[in-house]
Amino acid sequence: MRKSFFYLPIYALALFLTIGFYDGAEQKNKTAQNSKEDHCVSCHKENDMMPKGFSENDVHRHAELSCSGCHGGDPSSDDESIAMSPSKGYRGVPKKKDIPQFCGKCHSNINIMRVYQPRIATDQVSQFYTSMHGKKLLQGDVNVADCTSCHTAHNILPAKDPRSTVYALNVPPTCNKCHGDKELMKKYNLPSNQLEEYSKSVHGNELLNKKDIGAPACNDCHGNHGAMPPGLTSVSYVCGMCHINNLQYFNATKMARAFEKQDFHGCEQCHGNHGVQKPSDNMVGVGKESICVDCHNEGDKGYATAKSIKISLDKLSDLYNLAETKLNEVHQKGMNEVEISFLLQDAKQDLIQSRTLVHTFDTVKVNSKTKDGVAIASNALAMAEKQINDYYTRRNGFLAATLAFLLLVVALYFKIKDIGKKNS
Amino acid sequence: MKRIGNKIIDWIDERYDLTPVRKLLKHKKVPSHKYSAWYYMGGVTLFLFLVQLFTGILLLLYYRPGEESAYESVRFIVTEVKFGWLIRNVHSWSANLLVFFAFLHMFSVFFSKAYKKPRELTWVTGFIILVFTLAFGFSGYLLPWNELSFFATKVGTDIVGVIPIIGEPLRNILRGGEDVTGATLSRFFGIHVAILPAIFTMFLSLHLLFIQRQGMHDPEHFKNLPEEKKKYIPFFPDFALKDFLLWLVVFNILIFLALYFPWELGNKADPFASAPKGIRPEWYFMFMFQTLKLLPAHILFIEGELFGVLVFGVAGFIWMMIPYIKIKNKSDWKVQPLTVIGIVVVAFIVIMTILGYIL
Repeated sequence: MRKSFFYLPIYALALFLTIGFYDGAEQKNKTAQNSKEDHCVSCHKENDMMPKGFSENDVHRHAELSCSGCHGGDPSSDDESIAMSPSKGYRGVPKKKDIPQFCGKCHSNINIMRVYQPRIATDQVSQFYTSMHGKKLLQGDVNVADCTSCHTAHNILPAKDPRSTVYALNVPPTCNKCHGDKELMKKYNLPSNQLEEYSKSVHGNELLNKKDIGAPACNDCHGNHGAMPPGLTSVSYVCGMCHINNLQYFNATKMARAFEKQDFHGCEQCHGNHGVQKPSDNMVGVGKESICVDCHNEGDKGYATAKSIKISLDKLSDLYNLAETKLNEVHQKGMNEVEISFLLQDAKQDLIQSRTLVHTFDTVKVNSKTKDGVAIASNALAMAEKQINDYYTRRNGFLAATLAFLLLVVALYFKIKDIGKKNS
Repeated sequence: MKRIGNKIIDWIDERYDLTPVRKLLKHKKVPSHKYSAWYYMGGVTLFLFLVQLFTGILLLLYYRPGEESAYESVRFIVTEVKFGWLIRNVHSWSANLLVFFAFLHMFSVFFSKAYKKPRELTWVTGFIILVFTLAFGFSGYLLPWNELSFFATKVGTDIVGVIPIIGEPLRNILRGGEDVTGATLSRFFGIHVAILPAIFTMFLSLHLLFIQRQGMHDPEHFKNLPEEKKKYIPFFPDFALKDFLLWLVVFNILIFLALYFPWELGNKADPFASAPKGIRPEWYFMFMFQTLKLLPAHILFIEGELFGVLVFGVAGFIWMMIPYIKIKNKSDWKVQPLTVIGIVVVAFIVIMTILGYIL
């Protein structure tokens, strides 16, 4: 028994080395295969039979994987019958339904993939089959997206490469290739104006116009390979991935449970989905643009809460705007603005937090935060006004000093003249 | 009031005998002619130096040298200290006006040929004062420790480094190391508030002493006048009062500039940040900076920049030694050779300065 324990580490080492050598041997073999003269490319180029959209920049080409890496065959042979012989492992062009498995041969194998990226995910294929695209593909629907629909077949680039079809800025147009096709979407009873709506949304404006790749694209809400329309309960969680506080506040309210009962779509109910706009304070309250009054009527508690929250938000917002205007005046006059801008940063923080607290639908919490903000903004306003007053005081002081100097200069002038006369 | 004043003077007179001072004040006369206005330039320069001294001492009460405190203390001065903004802006503006009037004074002396025998040493000490004034400007520019001053100092001290053999050690001594750091700031502060004022005061005292001893210079056209046509005014009180009147006007202009065109503090220097746009030296160094920029990479067998630095060094020395250089007057020339040289120098400085700002 003791002896076998003694040999255990040696067995483990042997096993480790065997696996290591096996993987290494396979990799070495592949590299050797690819580094030899590649007759696939030379013949296909010669005969003008290169695949559509082929690019030398393809990530696989950069990793020294040749056509045979995916399609099999023997690239070292210039004889078509040998090079493209099934006996040499030639698989040819995969059928659409087989594409996920075709790519997954490598991409689902961590032993192969970790060579290129140690932390790479290898669950894309399994995720894909949970998506609507994958499910439909398994059912034999050839109109749905497969790997190549988004990534292309022969011009695949890393998602971080701005030239890639799946680079953050390119995701909306990539999805829109199919989802913007009216005829195609009609078959699935889906709208086809998502990109149009998204482009006008606050997210779309940030991503597409301001090129802020931190802003959410389609995949940030719907997922990548496991793309699905978010369900009723998961909508809030999708938004909550970024808007964490809003989600936490909202989920802790009675309103969240009331929404569930009524089958309301969480955040989407008030903010919309693809066309989500930058929220304004007017969405709260009882005015024309208010969303609260869609459900609450005068006399009920929700109506009064909405009204009260709006009043305190407006108070802080108006005061903040006024102080900001004064700050600009201070800046234009070249006076000291440092302390005022620090204070206004704090006031703005309170305003943002107050707006977030709206999702608690609790007047006490919102009012307490706006009160803090009002105190800071008032202080900033007073400081700004003092600076503006100082500006005019300095100028008046200068005028007074100039007058005094002038008087002295005139007096001196006459004195000098007088002395001059006496001397002569 | 007058009685109290007389009593105090009598009290001093009794103990220290003020007769020589009385004599000097009574007998000192200043020639009066069409170019008399230039006599006041030296006085204005002296006045601006006194303003610098006074405002500098006040700034010293709050200024704290050091990488972590210099910028903050200047910001504190201009934002929190009562009238701190005025003192700092007057100090900055006065420094610039001081250099301007020093140049004006020097060229007026040059063109009126007042540097000639017996006033050679007055000229030499004056030139040394001007050099120290520029050194004051250069060292003081870094003290607020803002982006612009940091990089301008870097460029300025780099120029010193091009001098062969001694250049690099000299640059390292100036910087207190290989780069512009807090050590540079500390030594620039020391140079600005202790070393330079001490040397400057010494040369200024000599300069003033020579003027008092030899009196004002009579220009050529004035000397050639018949005795009865030569007009003089007493230094005291006539000239002194006129001086004072001009000082008041300059002071008022100074406050106007400080109030309406405050000196920006800018952003704090960040040694790791890339150099901001528009780095340039103070306007009085611009002609030298622009010349060095325009010089080709190589002139003959030496580097263009080194060539420029050497030429400026030699030219400066020759300029200081001008009273000892004999250039014969040409009787058939309308404008004498030295005047032509002066005009060329002024034109060169003005053109290069303008080019520095527009190119």
